[in-house]
Amino acid sequence: MDILIKSGRLINPKNNFDEQVNIGLKNGQIKYIGNKMIKAREIVDATGLVVVPGLVDLHTHLREPGREDKETIKTGTRAAAKGGFTTILCMPNTFPVVDHGTLVEFIILKARREGIINVFPIGAATRRQEGKELAEIGEMIKLGAIAISDDGAPVMDSGLMRRIMDYTKMFKVPVISHCEDLTLSQDGVINEGIASTILGLKGIPAASEEIMIAREIALCRTTDSQVHIAHVSTKGSLELIKKAKEEGLKITCEVTPHHFTLTEEAVFSFDTNTKIKPPLRTKEDVKAIKDGIKEGIIDIIATDHAPHTKAEKECEYGQASFGIVGLETALSLALTELVEKEGISLNKVIAMLTHRPAEIVNLDKGNIEVGKDADITIIDLNKDFIVDVNQLASKSKNSPFHGWRLKGSVWATIVKGKIVFRENSFKV
Amino acid sequence: MDEIEIKRTISRLSHEILEKNSKDIDKLALIGIRKKGVPLAYRLQKKINEIEKVEIPVGIIDITLYRDDINNLKTPHVVHETEILLDVNDKKIILVDDVLYTGRTVRCAIDELIDFGRPKAIQLVVLIDRGHREIPIKADFIGKNLPTSYQEIVKVYLSEVDEMDKVVIYERENNHAQE
Amino acid sequence: MLKSKDLISIQSLSVEEINLILDTAKSFKEISDRAIKKVPVLRGKTVVNLFYEPSTRTRISFELAAKRLSADLINVSVNTSSVVKGESLKDTIKTLESMQVSMVIIRHSEAGVPTLISRWVDFPIINAGDGSHAHPTQALIDMFTVREKRPNFKDLKVVIVGDILHSRVARSNIWGFTKLGAKVVLCGPPTLIPKEVEQLGVSVTYHLEEAILEADIVMLLRVQSERQKANYFPSIREYSRLYGLNVDKLKHNREILIMHPGPMNRDVEVIPEVAESPSSLINEQVTNGIAVRMAVLYLLAQKSKK
Repeated sequence: MDILIKSGRLINPKNNFDEQVNIGLKNGQIKYIGNKMIKAREIVDATGLVVVPGLVDLHTHLREPGREDKETIKTGTRAAAKGGFTTILCMPNTFPVVDHGTLVEFIILKARREGIINVFPIGAATRRQEGKELAEIGEMIKLGAIAISDDGAPVMDSGLMRRIMDYTKMFKVPVISHCEDLTLSQDGVINEGIASTILGLKGIPAASEEIMIAREIALCRTTDSQVHIAHVSTKGSLELIKKAKEEGLKITCEVTPHHFTLTEEAVFSFDTNTKIKPPLRTKEDVKAIKDGIKEGIIDIIATDHAPHTKAEKECEYGQASFGIVGLETALSLALTELVEKEGISLNKVIAMLTHRPAEIVNLDKGNIEVGKDADITIIDLNKDFIVDVNQLASKSKNSPFHGWRLKGSVWATIVKGKIVFRENSFKV
Repeated sequence: MDEIEIKRTISRLSHEILEKNSKDIDKLALIGIRKKGVPLAYRLQKKINEIEKVEIPVGIIDITLYRDDINNLKTPHVVHETEILLDVNDKKIILVDDVLYTGRTVRCAIDELIDFGRPKAIQLVVLIDRGHREIPIKADFIGKNLPTSYQEIVKVYLSEVDEMDKVVIYERENNHAQE
Repeated sequence: MLKSKDLISIQSLSVEEINLILDTAKSFKEISDRAIKKVPVLRGKTVVNLFYEPSTRTRISFELAAKRLSADLINVSVNTSSVVKGESLKDTIKTLESMQVSMVIIRHSEAGVPTLISRWVDFPIINAGDGSHAHPTQALIDMFTVREKRPNFKDLKVVIVGDILHSRVARSNIWGFTKLGAKVVLCGPPTLIPKEVEQLGVSVTYHLEEAILEADIVMLLRVQSERQKANYFPSIREYSRLYGLNVDKLKHNREILIMHPGPMNRDVEVIPEVAESPSSLINEQVTNGIAVRMAVLYLLAQKSKK
């Protein structure tokens, strides 16, 4: 073996495995899982640590090409590795937009050359994400895109969204929808509710998201296609999705760590690192999200990692860009807010970060079994993670969690059999 | 000083004021410096009325905004109202205060008064002069001269605000009282 | 003594602090009646009016307040269209800090700006209006004006009429009057009433006649024509018919006192006959404006190290 991970507690939710074992890696694959001490060039002692499949994020913004000042494929993948992610999908709202094959190839090649984890591009649904004409979906998928989305913005034209769903279904990849009715959100910046009333900031009503989710569900029914709802944030949205699932529609959805951690009250300080789309919602919504995770209405956790420069955030709240970074805090937030505080099982939370996102996009990832890719994350549940934005590997530091003490931190990240991050330092 | 002594002193001061200004009693006005100067001014007004059957107008001056130590105060002073409803021009203003010490308070009162107009004259009556002037200020009418040291504090209690009439000297450290 | 070095919103003031400001303002009022309308207390201090939004009355009011306290006042009017997003704001404030100013009074069209800049410098920041968030000195002026006529707030019913949703004056007055114990009623079309506002301890009615009944004070807010284009109400005419104050609507309550932060849209929020009647406190609001702002400058100057 190249590497033997010794005595770790392996939690592999896909087959409900939860035992202490040794894991042998060779040539980038998992070759052995058992209790024998196999000879290996390197032995990683994982006693007292938890070994899980490398985390999979279906929703990251890498900003390259076009805004390399905020993040690059290189720095973004390093941030991901530090957060325990071995596979990420990057959204196409770059400059230029990834709306044809050439740009898909560019991302794949750049990631191969400079990225340190697996990167899969998401192709835009419409040309330049303008919401008017179909992008070359087939070509993009042929060259490596594994999902289609206009994320960053909604497709406002229902007729066009119907076409997108119909057309994409032949390629058997999901359409990821950013659900926001722009005529309702207008120039709102936070949730419409007590926070917007007190602060005098324009609010975005929950209805803005719920209307579009209802629409996507109806269109999904009409087209019999696969739809994934990005960053769900309200109680009403979850009720709609629950009904749709009961009906048997191919609908999945994700939640971000900030939406199960913070409420609109975080905005009172006018800290622009609370400015996100969809906005931070009410206490009732956050409770509904946690219940939604428990009941299985929410399928996965995704970060919506959105880096922005200091200049774009250190300004008037109304002018600041929407979005926060999240790759490096996602796992620890999940461990703290879901496992520790809500008593949700570690198995379930890891599932939402590993095989379940992989299954949505048909990737053979998120699974530790003999023969699978050696993408592995090792977690130290007993080591607290004190968030220091200045220590983030991401180029941008726009996080509202600075100073937070979280339970559990990433001990090591292994991609294709190589250790890329271990005990707080990069090995590549 | 006790209550009877204070009463006699007010009476004497009233006579002195009238004597010195006998030629232009009609131009007189009493202006009490907050806080303790105010009840004293009203007492003088009453006594003068008893003696001469003439009512001298009374005004109130708050000198907080004219202090020279406004930037160095540990706790800021509350600003109360100044009430000068009479026209000070060409009047003989008699400033009234309880204790004359460094002279800085009176300097403030004079500066503020000048902002209201040009009095014909400004005179000063105080109940106690305890010495240690830091500004060249002199009282025209003094109730009692009380030589003191820097270690001592002179407190004037007046029944309008304090439920008694008394003047007391305290030691700074151990508050040893002497009437 | 005020707790914070800044005055950004009424929300963070305690009842004691509000009363301190109002009591101090009372003492400052007579200075404006003197022949020499000046006291030397802020001599040598530099106060800056940093106005990103145009304003005449608030700016002049602060200017007079500062000058009557013998402070040096500088007016900086920033043309909003030439301001680059964000960066200019920090640069401007840091420049003022390097010039060792004592206080900055800021008005800006974006909520949260005074909060933001107060973290960058250690001298006092006074909020002269930030977007729809807060306008604390206006609320203090309104509370002062009401207190002169009706000293007991406990049984007072105050009605605020108009575009509450976009009004910083309304928000600050809601905080101020409820803290002092008055009953506050908001009145306007549903489109202009903010969500969940009852959580702030106020009640809401959409009908002006109902609101005015038994009210002691009615506070009128300015309505902007842009709101009509954004479909908050169909036309100025209809708005004025439903919510404009005229003699007829007042006939059921002749004791009511009328206020308006200014500037007024005559014949929209109120007709001139009402605005100029003896029931109107609008002129008092302006006079008191200077005394209240003098009190604020004086109390905050004590928090300034320079």
